[in-house]
Amino acid sequence: MEDLEGKPGQFTATVHQEPRYIDEDKCTSCGTCTMYCPKPVADFYNERLDVTRAPHIDYTQAIPASYYIDAKECLRVNFETCNLCAQTCTAKAIDFSQKPAKHKLDVGAVVMAPGFGRIDQEVLEKFGYGKYPNVVTSLEFERLTCASGPTEGHVVRFSDEKAPGKIAFLQCVGSRDESCGNGFCSSVCCMYAVKEASVAKEHEPDLDIALFFMDVRTQGKGFDDARKRAEEKYGLRVIRARVPRIAQVDGRLGLSWTTDDGESHSELFDMVVLSVGLCAPEDARDIAGLAGFELNHYGFCKTSSADPLATTRDGILVAGAFQGPKDVPESVTQASGAAAAASEMLADGRNTRTVTETFPDEDTELEAEEPRIGVFVCHCGVNIAGVVDVKAVRDYAATLPGVVLYENTLYSCSQDALTTLAEKIAKNRLNRVVIAACSPRTHEPLFQATLRSVGLNPALIEMANIRDQCSWVHSQEPEAATEKAKDLVRMAAAKAALLQPLEQPTVDVTPKALVIGGGAAGMTAALSIADQGYETVLVERSKELGGNLKRVRFLLDGADPGKVLKGLVKRVKKNPRIEVRLKASVESISGYVGNFTTTIAVGKKTELVNHGVVVIATGGQEYRLDSYLYGESKRVLTQLELEERLARGKTGLRNVRNVVMIQCVGSRGEDLNYCSRLCCTQAVKNALRIKELRPETDVYVLYRDMRTYGFAEDAYREARKQGVIFLRYDPERRPEVLKVGRGIKVRVFDRLLGEDIDIPANIVALSVGVAPGENDELSKIVKASLTSDGFFLEAHAKLRPVETAVDGVYLCGLAHGPKALDESVAQAKAAAGKAAVPLAKGKVPVAPLVSHVDKDKCIGCGICEKLCPFNAINMVKEGKRKKAETLTASCKCCGICASHCPVLAISMGGFTDEIIMAQIHAFGGDGCGQ
Amino acid sequence: MSKSGAIMVLGGGVAGVQTALDLADLGFYVYLVEKKASIGGVMAQLDKTFPTNDCSL
Repeated sequence: MEDLEGKPGQFTATVHQEPRYIDEDKCTSCGTCTMYCPKPVADFYNERLDVTRAPHIDYTQAIPASYYIDAKECLRVNFETCNLCAQTCTAKAIDFSQKPAKHKLDVGAVVMAPGFGRIDQEVLEKFGYGKYPNVVTSLEFERLTCASGPTEGHVVRFSDEKAPGKIAFLQCVGSRDESCGNGFCSSVCCMYAVKEASVAKEHEPDLDIALFFMDVRTQGKGFDDARKRAEEKYGLRVIRARVPRIAQVDGRLGLSWTTDDGESHSELFDMVVLSVGLCAPEDARDIAGLAGFELNHYGFCKTSSADPLATTRDGILVAGAFQGPKDVPESVTQASGAAAAASEMLADGRNTRTVTETFPDEDTELEAEEPRIGVFVCHCGVNIAGVVDVKAVRDYAATLPGVVLYENTLYSCSQDALTTLAEKIAKNRLNRVVIAACSPRTHEPLFQATLRSVGLNPALIEMANIRDQCSWVHSQEPEAATEKAKDLVRMAAAKAALLQPLEQPTVDVTPKALVIGGGAAGMTAALSIADQGYETVLVERSKELGGNLKRVRFLLDGADPGKVLKGLVKRVKKNPRIEVRLKASVESISGYVGNFTTTIAVGKKTELVNHGVVVIATGGQEYRLDSYLYGESKRVLTQLELEERLARGKTGLRNVRNVVMIQCVGSRGEDLNYCSRLCCTQAVKNALRIKELRPETDVYVLYRDMRTYGFAEDAYREARKQGVIFLRYDPERRPEVLKVGRGIKVRVFDRLLGEDIDIPANIVALSVGVAPGENDELSKIVKASLTSDGFFLEAHAKLRPVETAVDGVYLCGLAHGPKALDESVAQAKAAAGKAAVPLAKGKVPVAPLVSHVDKDKCIGCGICEKLCPFNAINMVKEGKRKKAETLTASCKCCGICASHCPVLAISMGGFTDEIIMAQIHAFGGDGCGQ
Repeated sequence: MSKSGAIMVLGGGVAGVQTALDLADLGFYVYLVEKKASIGGVMAQLDKTFPTNDCSL
């Protein structure tokens, strides 16, 4: 981006585009240019651990799926010599006449997602990087463990290319380190180190791996669980210490460190992995300067906890690691949230610039002709061809009935291969296609789209998964794998011959949303959906809006939560598209995405609402306990109760000389099996407030790991500077709260002294964490599952973090898991963005594989209705008898109904009994039956 | 003049790509601007992603 002019709604962005010197439309990704180019260049995709040539593609699956020329390295571009690539390219795709281009883009909003930058080389050098060959960065290690990396997944040390025996991971390299200017915590390294260590152990089970943590910060949903499992399964050694010192000793790496019991240790390792942090992108200042928004003191985008996706300039939004270090699930969540925020701003412009993809009419005549099957056997690079004899499989396909075309493809999913596929289908008048490649789960939609583009019904394709089911699982038996691939292709061709075109129905969407829960997340979601242009009904159980936010008195960034709350409530009440129902609860929900009908109980009355989507934002609750003298002594409070008291100012701390905070009360295995994520930051926030109000008060924080991730690390450091005393305890030796006369004291094991110490306390503040709300009933009503911890379960932790497994039902806020206000707000916007998709489209497609009941055969026994897990079958009275009927939009195509129907009246599109029998016969007819 | 129905997303890593996909689904035209020759960002370099350790690509 070179310039950004204009105002929100009407920006003009100037974008400079460098030439690729290879025509994207002509390039077939064959790789000949790379092969002939004489100029070696560092392979940056592989972290410079490998070499490629000036013309290359970053990685096989890269998009665009076309090669490009590294202009800085190319001999032709720089010295007008060589030109070998242009001479050898058979597709004539090399084009040195390309010039840099300037684009003026008229846009209504801009979303900044430039990611994160790299930690300076100088910082890494402090840990021996560059000096000792066997000190590597975590990203280099990532490439080493990757099967498509420079060592094909073998972990080797660089000094001698041999497998290391012992590996150490050093955390907090370039993070939590003021000396390099990065005082923040990068939030992701603890977890990715555990992942890399686990993957390495899977590759080389004999490795001895030690991880050095200052604090183990695995606060994400399900992360502690995953970490514990990895530690046990792979025997990872966890050492809590400040970052060790490192020196080379006889070709090995000597680490020395001090643990918090005061003991010094040293040990030799063969390889050291530096878990490098995430810093601000290198060009953050340029981007911010051009676009006119502010950065924070670390050079990341400046945002507030009440509006984490807005930059300081209207119309410019932010998502991902540029807003602060974060992992994939949170980046994806913010991305959906930023999309929603842009959609709110530009609601009037919706559908004014989009173009609708059109497909040619289906050639029903061709479809009805005798099957003319084309079989395409994919190499998947070496993924399949490295084990399976793909040429033999192709030749075998030629012998199968109905097959008129049989070919190999290098990567059948690449853009050029799809184009070729379309051409071949048309040229050979194919009406059935078999792709012998990978999983239909991931790739079938691609091939289906190709069929549609040439006028064939997308149901007329069948995939044989010869990668997962042959080359991967039988990698040691190439001949048997090849035979199995032939079996699968024969079965697929038998099925293909019987495939029939399927209708692709759509259902209309009621353009209205139901948001359940009126806390910060629910209100934010309702406002976003309403601002995007759709009616919303907001249901709140209590008598007023606000939820847990009502009890929060301060925010770490200085914002006033009371004001944030008032602002939200006011906007909700004022918004003409939002109807609020207080003292209301959801009694039942029927229907399916696009067409839900919900019964809401409001006081003693009930009300029916028709809507297209549901957002679950039912919140969570403060964990309740009866230990640590809570409820017995007035001096024992929860953090929220302490916060309430601190809100009264200095009077709340009269005669309070000692405050002891205890972390992980309830959380992380005491009663709740997870980390509540926000309590460490909450404790630090309250400790700082105490120091501000009454500096002479001593504050102790007893913790297991201080998880002040992200920029909250600043506050943690500040608290230490202000004299707050942090003492780590072991979960096996939890602190005790004891009565002493009329007062209380806290007994805790001091690791440095090696004995119990008693701290007299005027106030004990328990960081009790977040318990799930009463989600069981709602979970049954909406059929959205809960995690074992009682929170709502997302459809996919990374790819679909705000969707549930039920179409049209989304989730956000504490209902999904413990999180801070800014994270709840971002997630609520994300849920609103996802929920608005069916509303904006107006129609939702129905999977064509749905079950179909032959009413003439149906005897009305009702078995299918009882068994269907999705309530997708209704018994409808027809004449004297009841007959089963499928609600196509609710059907998930599981096939349970069809498999249990006693009279075979139910068939599944694409999986009819006839087809399945044909596949079984094809399998048994050759090989197994003999 | 009315508001534009197009949006520019700067950066083609996982955040930028997801934003672009969602915006397109919501009925907006998207310009996805990326410095490198391919989209995917750092996530494309990762072998696996936590906590489930499935393939990153």
